Amino acid sequence: MDLLNALVAVLNFVVIPATAYGAQLALGALGVTLIYGILRFSNFAHGDTMAFGTAMVILLTWGLQGLGIALTPLPTALLALPVAIALTALLMLGTDRVVYRFYRRKRAAPIIFVMASVGVMFIMNGLTRLVIGVDEIRFDDGARFIIGVADFRRWTGLEEGLALRGTQVITVAAAALTVAWLFWFLNRTRSGKAMRAYSDNEDLALLSGIDPERVVRQTWIIAAALATLAGTLYGLDKSFRAFTYFQILLPIFAAAIVGGLGNPLGAIAGGFIVAFSEVAVTYPWRKIAAYLGWESDGLMQLLSTEYKFAVSFVILIVVLLFRPTGLFRGKSV
Amino acid sequence: MKKLLLATAATALVAGAAGAEEIKVGISMGYTGPLESMAPDIENGAVLAMDEVNASGLLLDGSTLVPVPADNTCADASASVAAVERLASEGVKGIVGGMCSGETIASLEAVGVPQGIVMISPSATSPALSTIDDRGFFFRTSPSDARQGEVMADIILERGIDNVAVTYTNNDYGKGLAESFQQAFEEKGGTVTISAAHEDGKGDYSAEVAALDAAGGDALVVAGYVDQGGSGVVRAALDSGAFDTFVFPDGMVGQPLVDRFGTELETSFGQNPSSEGEGRDTFLKLASDADFEGSSAFAAEAYDAASLIALAMQAAGTSDPKVYKDKVMDVANAPGEKILPGQLARGLELLAAGEDIDFDGATGVELVEPGESAGIYREVDFKGGTLNAVKFH
Repeated sequence: MDLLNALVAVLNFVVIPATAYGAQLALGALGVTLIYGILRFSNFAHGDTMAFGTAMVILLTWGLQGLGIALTPLPTALLALPVAIALTALLMLGTDRVVYRFYRRKRAAPIIFVMASVGVMFIMNGLTRLVIGVDEIRFDDGARFIIGVADFRRWTGLEEGLALRGTQVITVAAAALTVAWLFWFLNRTRSGKAMRAYSDNEDLALLSGIDPERVVRQTWIIAAALATLAGTLYGLDKSFRAFTYFQILLPIFAAAIVGGLGNPLGAIAGGFIVAFSEVAVTYPWRKIAAYLGWESDGLMQLLSTEYKFAVSFVILIVVLLFRPTGLFRGKSV
Repeated sequence: MKKLLLATAATALVAGAAGAEEIKVGISMGYTGPLESMAPDIENGAVLAMDEVNASGLLLDGSTLVPVPADNTCADASASVAAVERLASEGVKGIVGGMCSGETIASLEAVGVPQGIVMISPSATSPALSTIDDRGFFFRTSPSDARQGEVMADIILERGIDNVAVTYTNNDYGKGLAESFQQAFEEKGGTVTISAAHEDGKGDYSAEVAALDAAGGDALVVAGYVDQGGSGVVRAALDSGAFDTFVFPDGMVGQPLVDRFGTELETSFGQNPSSEGEGRDTFLKLASDADFEGSSAFAAEAYDAASLIALAMQAAGTSDPKVYKDKVMDVANAPGEKILPGQLARGLELLAAGEDIDFDGATGVELVEPGESAGIYREVDFKGGTLNAVKFH
């Protein structure tokens, strides 16, 4: 019984939250890694692209709810996603036209792109706040729980409860589908192959008749889709606030770098590594230890929760020191 | 020559004292930053009082108050000092603010006291502000959290709970309240299993809740903000089943909490500084006439803060903060005729006639040394998915 209690507690407080969080980070890191691989710069505006995309989803969700359209038991936001992705993609293409294309033509150094993306980040952050405000917004409707704590306790008679939210399952499922599609696209389609060719060698790609501007456009559209999806899943699972997306930029970059920048598989692995480390390192293991017959006065917590983001930093530094190209041999940073 | 100068100076003085003037009053709020969603209604409260004073035309021979807002960011002390410095250089005669305890201390010490500007904060409740050397320039229309800590400890013990976990928002307000509560609670025989900070403005609080859950406790005290991390922690705790009884201090109690959690707070309770009664009801009506929500946190306190500035000026017969600061306590406390919201004209009239008033305002203002609200607390619970007042402490 105690063993079961310990297992349920670990599932409830570590495994389930970390899996959902990891899927969100993985989707974000995929966007970052794609832009790094193909456009060759670290896009700092990615977090705020997520925020903007989510804001669009929320506005459309409200519109749909106003019209009385719902997707019960799934959240209405999923219906709003395609249009929101299109709007976000338009914004990205516009940004590319106004900002990045100029530097691309000048063949500017990557660091200049990075700095430009920091500027874009601030503008997009302001834009998002203007459009939707700064308050916390919850836009998940439909069935909230697949398994509720009270129900679980009643069914099993265990002391520990287990909660499984609908949004957590949707997050993981959506992430898996997206990743599968992305791999199919990159490896099997003409456009995907053109993108990889452009990523390997811009000039050679140009010589073989690949239109670089087309590749760039496709990259931005896919990045916009990934960002909007990641942002929406994060917002559905936790809550939307214009600022929080800037904060998860750090774990997202950590995930992309740990996996190897430019390597999609690495981004996914990186997302889960960062998420599980963050949660496991800041989780106090006292209760689990007690169930396993090991009483302790302290909380048995490696790092206080305030330092959650420090975990990302530590992972980043360790990886950069010992394996600068990341676990999956991406490009060196 | 000397005579001439003296005469000019004298005339200038007399003119300054007698003629109608435009008196600038600063409003130092965190329009951006962690509490930006609270700031607009606090400003509305203060402006409502100033409009009322201006409409009466009775302040210092027809002088008018001009609100000058400044963004103190709440979180950044140096930004707050810069904002209040700007107010000072614009020549404000008083300030409604600051908003958060930390930045209030910084701007008061760097600008308010040295330059001699009266600051009346509607919302800074840290116990540290009680002991600060303010030379009589600082007041607050909210009570110190030292008092709230005691009241909260009593309420919890009365309900038969003696074992709680505490989470607080990581700033002067949260820390001050958590510490004063823990001290009071332990003195009265309770146990605090853990007192852990949470950062505001994050999307996810499941890690924080996991720590609180591991420490255990029969209830969770959430010394945070309702539209910030406080609600995030409560949401995560309910979702994961870590706690189902919560204790809410003033930063949390309000309609938004009920809107958010509805019937999930059946066993929870809390308290906030509030004087129910005619003053508050009138203020709520005035606020809804002016198109804002009067029950928003600290809007009523802001109305009272701005009113006190105007009334103290009237009592002193001058807008000079170095003079009228000594009148603030007089107009706020007995003896005298009670003045409620909407009756500022009456108050100004009485003061002009040299009579005493006892400004009660929207929050039943009663200032105790060193210039802060005595604090009447309303114990509330959330049975049936509504905010119910239980009794007053």
